[in-house]
Amino acid sequence: MAGGEARGGQHQPIGLLAAIWDSCKTALLALGLCIPIVLLRTDQDFSNQLILEPRVGLTLTLVGIAFAARLVWLLAANWTARRPTPVTRVPILAGMSVSPEAARRFAIGGLIFLFAYPMLSLALVGPAGSIKWIDNFGIQILIYVMLGWGLNIVVGLAGLLDLGYVAFYAVGAYSYALLASNDVVKDFMAEMIGPWFWPAWGFWLCLPVAGILAAFWGIILGFPVLRLRGDYLAIVTLAFGEIIRLVLINWVDVTGGYAGISGIPRPSFFGLPFNASDEGFAATVGIEFSPLHRTIFLFYLILVLALITNAVTIRLRRLPVGRAWEALREDEIACRSLGINTTNTKLTAFAIGAGFGGFAGAFFAARQNFISPESFTFLESAVILAIVVLGGMGSQIGVAIAAIAMIGGTELLRELDWLKRIFGADFDPTQYRMLLFGLAMVIIMIWRPRGLIANRKPTLFLTTRRAISGDLVKEGHG
Amino acid sequence: MRWETAPLLEIEHLTMRFGGLIAVNDVSFAAGRGDITAIIGPNGAGKTTVFNCITGFYKPTSGRMVMSHTGNAAADEVAALTRSGARFRRYGENALFLLERMPDFEIAAKARVARTFQNIRLFTGMTALENLIVAQHNTLMEASGWTVLGLIGLPRYTRAEHAAIERARYWLDLIGLTARADDSAGSLPYGDQRRLEIARAMCSDPLLLCLDEPAAGLNPRESAELNKLLKTIQREHGTSILLIEHDMSVVMGISDHVVVLEYGIKISDGTPEHVRNDPKVIAAYLGVEDDEVEAVAKGELP
Repeated sequence: MAGGEARGGQHQPIGLLAAIWDSCKTALLALGLCIPIVLLRTDQDFSNQLILEPRVGLTLTLVGIAFAARLVWLLAANWTARRPTPVTRVPILAGMSVSPEAARRFAIGGLIFLFAYPMLSLALVGPAGSIKWIDNFGIQILIYVMLGWGLNIVVGLAGLLDLGYVAFYAVGAYSYALLASNDVVKDFMAEMIGPWFWPAWGFWLCLPVAGILAAFWGIILGFPVLRLRGDYLAIVTLAFGEIIRLVLINWVDVTGGYAGISGIPRPSFFGLPFNASDEGFAATVGIEFSPLHRTIFLFYLILVLALITNAVTIRLRRLPVGRAWEALREDEIACRSLGINTTNTKLTAFAIGAGFGGFAGAFFAARQNFISPESFTFLESAVILAIVVLGGMGSQIGVAIAAIAMIGGTELLRELDWLKRIFGADFDPTQYRMLLFGLAMVIIMIWRPRGLIANRKPTLFLTTRRAISGDLVKEGHG
Repeated sequence: MRWETAPLLEIEHLTMRFGGLIAVNDVSFAAGRGDITAIIGPNGAGKTTVFNCITGFYKPTSGRMVMSHTGNAAADEVAALTRSGARFRRYGENALFLLERMPDFEIAAKARVARTFQNIRLFTGMTALENLIVAQHNTLMEASGWTVLGLIGLPRYTRAEHAAIERARYWLDLIGLTARADDSAGSLPYGDQRRLEIARAMCSDPLLLCLDEPAAGLNPRESAELNKLLKTIQREHGTSILLIEHDMSVVMGISDHVVVLEYGIKISDGTPEHVRNDPKVIAAYLGVEDDEVEAVAKGELP
């Protein structure tokens, strides 16, 4: 194998026979690996005795895949070697080659598509099939786009590595759940304004409160930890995320522990509930009631929330505070020498990023109708961080594309039933979701180490706006 | 001698210890208002440590650093401020600052001391123009109503941003980088980066500009340009300059006042002519024995 690697590296053409021979060796190696790992499966028979079940078909399939992959790899290397100048990196999505006009057109086209998306899916797959597409794909992806954009402020712009972002998502979700389903608040509002008020407008009041509470927690976390940098900051934020989760699990009186909170009030259409009653949305508008209305409304709601996040972030980037964030990522000491209060600057980044996480959390709680600590594990933080890193730190459109690829991709991987045709009927494809997901991440990070969109657009210019290569942009020390 | 009659910054008995190592030992000197003051000395003499103390990056072990914005500081006012425990005090037109009590960003923002670094610290991923705009952070922050008003897009912020760009353009013109304003700072040649860092420091509107080896790595032509730039800053902006330098053509060419450190101790202080002829300085630079210094002092050796 090493010989083949060297040949590939030097771009010397390899003959077909030699390639097949090399692939045979690879297949033999794969067979050697498969025999102890895959070939024999231990199982219990009816008399509870351990039996060995040989899986010859699966083993041979894996060996075949290894053979074919090696052969394709070698021949592909052959093909690139024959070309006069070997292309090492394909500049897809490089941004540099995309004119501002084209980028604007792409953004407008994307927006039109997003606003038309629920109607499109309704028209294409009908009301029954479109729930999956609007809810599992549309809403789910948009939640992560929003979370990615929120974390992008902290990690991408300010360069502070936050491994516990899910904590703010949890604070937002629980703030909404506890406030909206709290009887004391409900009674108080009923007394102050009227009993109709809280069911109709509770969501719209609790949403900003949840965001503000999350931002407040961002500041609380920020004060002690922002003296730390780099790895130390990452570890403390990681711990903070776990602390929040453990509090949610153990403070049973308030949060319900593992059982979570159920029956969280759903959002209304600006006062009109989504139900079959006469005061409901469908009856008022004059259409037939369908549970799909709520789903479509939730889709537009999270779309608007995400777009607000984006607009605010873009605007902040052009304000002194946004430039200070980026300067902080570039060089903290230089910032201090220019009179920038770095602690306050970091705190604003933490608070605003956390606030958007809180909004997304409140939306999540309202959409799910039920939340439990299981939704806020470290894996969520890791996925959100992966979206930001994969998208290209600091790039809004990159983060959106990464969220679509990662969340949409993992959702698509639920539909892997065709793999059963290859590996046999007892093969469970869902178990390989995370494996394939990890593999895709590794490949993309090798292909584009600075993320999908690696270059940075300046916030202002004298004559022309020229994108800055990602190689010059720093990643921050903490 | 302006550093005696009209000091901008007075450093008294500055000592900086790192564990057992005394990097700066009881150093006192003053930087005159409008002067170019050079701190020179062999490697490891404690020059950069003095700088880091002045700009707040180190907290000095002991000593006092008094900065007086306009007019001379009256001794009783300085004493009163020192006793009060406050970091600074404004007296009508004048303001007094005790730099040793202030954190680094406050020294830059309030006491108006700007600095550059020995190893250039530009924001490499931002354009030259953005670098100069970030330097005007505090002015712009105020104009944007601490972000809240700027988020709405009030004309007041737009005007302030235009003014900031104009100021940046002025400095870009002065250092000859207007054509490269929209290129990232990291892609500029070394000499341009040095000048850009000085321009960035000047954009924060300082009264005292501290330059840590501004001529390091420059060729003779670039050094001469740097001399011109520093003279312009001194003449047209009235900014006092404190600089660390090894390049004697810069030091002797433009300084009004030279302070010499060796092993953390001040060994000479005066005009460039005075220092050039000081036997202790010659000994420090040429590394001669003590008896030879005496001989130099008596004029026995050439």
